[in-house]
Amino acid sequence: MPTRSETLARAAALRALFEAQGAVLVEPPILQSAETLLDLYGEDIRARAYVTSDALRGEQMLRPDFTVPVVQMHMLHGAEPARYTYSGEVFRRQELDPGRANEYIQVGYEVFDREDPAAADAEVFALIADALKGLPLRAITGDIGVLMAAVEGLQTTARRKQALMRHIWRPRRFRALLERFAGRAPLPPSRVALLAGEVTCSAPLIGVRSGAEVEARVTALKDDAAAPAIPAMQVDLIQALLDVRETMPHALSRLRDLAVDMPAIAGAVNRVAAREIALKARGVDTANLLFEASYGRTTMEYYDGFVFGFRSETRAGLPTIASGGRYDALTRRLGQGREIPAVGGVMRPGLMLELEGAQ
Amino acid sequence: MTIKLGVPSKGRLMEKTFQWFGARGITLQRTGSDREYAGAVEGIDDVTLMLLSAGEIPRELAAGRIHLGVTGTDLVQEKLALWEQLVQPVEELQFGHADLIIAVPQAWIDVDTLDDLDAAAAAFRAHHGFRLRIATKYHRLVRNFLRAAGVADYALVDSQGATEGTVKNETAEAIADITSSGETLRANHLKILSDGMILQSQATLWRSRTAPMEDADRVTMAKLTELLA
Repeated sequence: MPTRSETLARAAALRALFEAQGAVLVEPPILQSAETLLDLYGEDIRARAYVTSDALRGEQMLRPDFTVPVVQMHMLHGAEPARYTYSGEVFRRQELDPGRANEYIQVGYEVFDREDPAAADAEVFALIADALKGLPLRAITGDIGVLMAAVEGLQTTARRKQALMRHIWRPRRFRALLERFAGRAPLPPSRVALLAGEVTCSAPLIGVRSGAEVEARVTALKDDAAAPAIPAMQVDLIQALLDVRETMPHALSRLRDLAVDMPAIAGAVNRVAAREIALKARGVDTANLLFEASYGRTTMEYYDGFVFGFRSETRAGLPTIASGGRYDALTRRLGQGREIPAVGGVMRPGLMLELEGAQ
Repeated sequence: MTIKLGVPSKGRLMEKTFQWFGARGITLQRTGSDREYAGAVEGIDDVTLMLLSAGEIPRELAAGRIHLGVTGTDLVQEKLALWEQLVQPVEELQFGHADLIIAVPQAWIDVDTLDDLDAAAAAFRAHHGFRLRIATKYHRLVRNFLRAAGVADYALVDSQGATEGTVKNETAEAIADITSSGETLRANHLKILSDGMILQSQATLWRSRTAPMEDADRVTMAKLTELLA
């Protein structure tokens, strides 16, 4: 295992690499507003981050990542375009696996640039890939935007699309919803009774949720029951899309085939194609680069376009060594009315040293 | 050295535990005044009775400060991550039955399943600007359960007692609590979600996997488990 000073030295070297690209060094505080993070991630963040509190400021969290504070800082007073780098500890609860570190050093690079998203994606990926050169790692890429475009293009009600969009990050719930909207999953008996108008209640209404809200949802459920099912072919196309797992050139040709039947994804597929060209221009061997359409869906992150990760080929149990992606929507949510396309990635110097030591 | 046995220090849980051991030839009793938490064991040598708060027994077992302890499945699973590695169930005592459930107002005729709860939570957040609040003291169990079920847009609020009243008091929209008969829920105009069963709990005798034992302790433990089986 590398010592702390070895890890910090490597972190500094990686940071210097990014500074040489024009990145500004930033140092966000360790204690972050719990409210912001809870608002973004919901209750799940509590299972992942350490919460602390005092009587004056209330709940605060030990930063589980740097991206959120860096975006906040940029949206507040950043110049454009901007490149940032940082390094330091992040803290993650590990209640299921005592072998995983709950505190480790991350080094990151974030690009806020409106000009050429494909080039910015390629820049972040290629810089990180370069820094990792020589390690027995396998890179995987994906693009959440393609799935989002496919959902947007479904022939169904806006409400159903919204429900699916909300659960893109929860594959099981997403699947269950899709099956139901396609009329392929049976309705629970209570829903059947409700739709038949057989459910009444004599108990008084208590709490904040009003009778009008209950009524509105009953109406929405009735409307939904009356709406035609999503055609089976469209559900199968979504599944076919999620199953795409090939090297870049093959994945792209597969995506183009799918776009014939799902014209809504054409724009997103073009962005994948533009990225491939930009990656090639940066010297990335895209002919052997993996593309997985479902990659990045289970990580509870905020990515909504390009995603990537580097995993150990020799030690499958090791956490992801480096990862990142595009998070345009996050800048919108934290920007209070403003937004800017953004992409970034992080590396774990401690794990890099561990892998080097094992070689 | 002796085998240390942790038992809830008051109430029905203590009485029922004493009865359960008594039926197996081991007399447990409190000694000294009513207010003193000291106990005595008859029917077997080298066993010490420790009267503890039921909520602290999981922690004491995990730390190996007691060898055996009686407490609910709910408390063990809530308080101990990786509990299977720290404690081992010896016997289920067939009392103290309680289900950890999710309940919502009966008047929510549109909500019967977790799927409904999730959809109602999304609409609630859009309408009110904050997440649908679920009052509970079982934070870990409830969070893990809801995450596995893919429920989003809720927030847990801490409630250490009178949880059934939180909805009427408008400090929460739903609750996750233990119930044995459901009567208190009904009296507070709440209903259980049909797929909202998080855990079925009962009083259980646990053995610590971490408490140190000498040879003599092993003999005592063997004798004790034989009597209790």
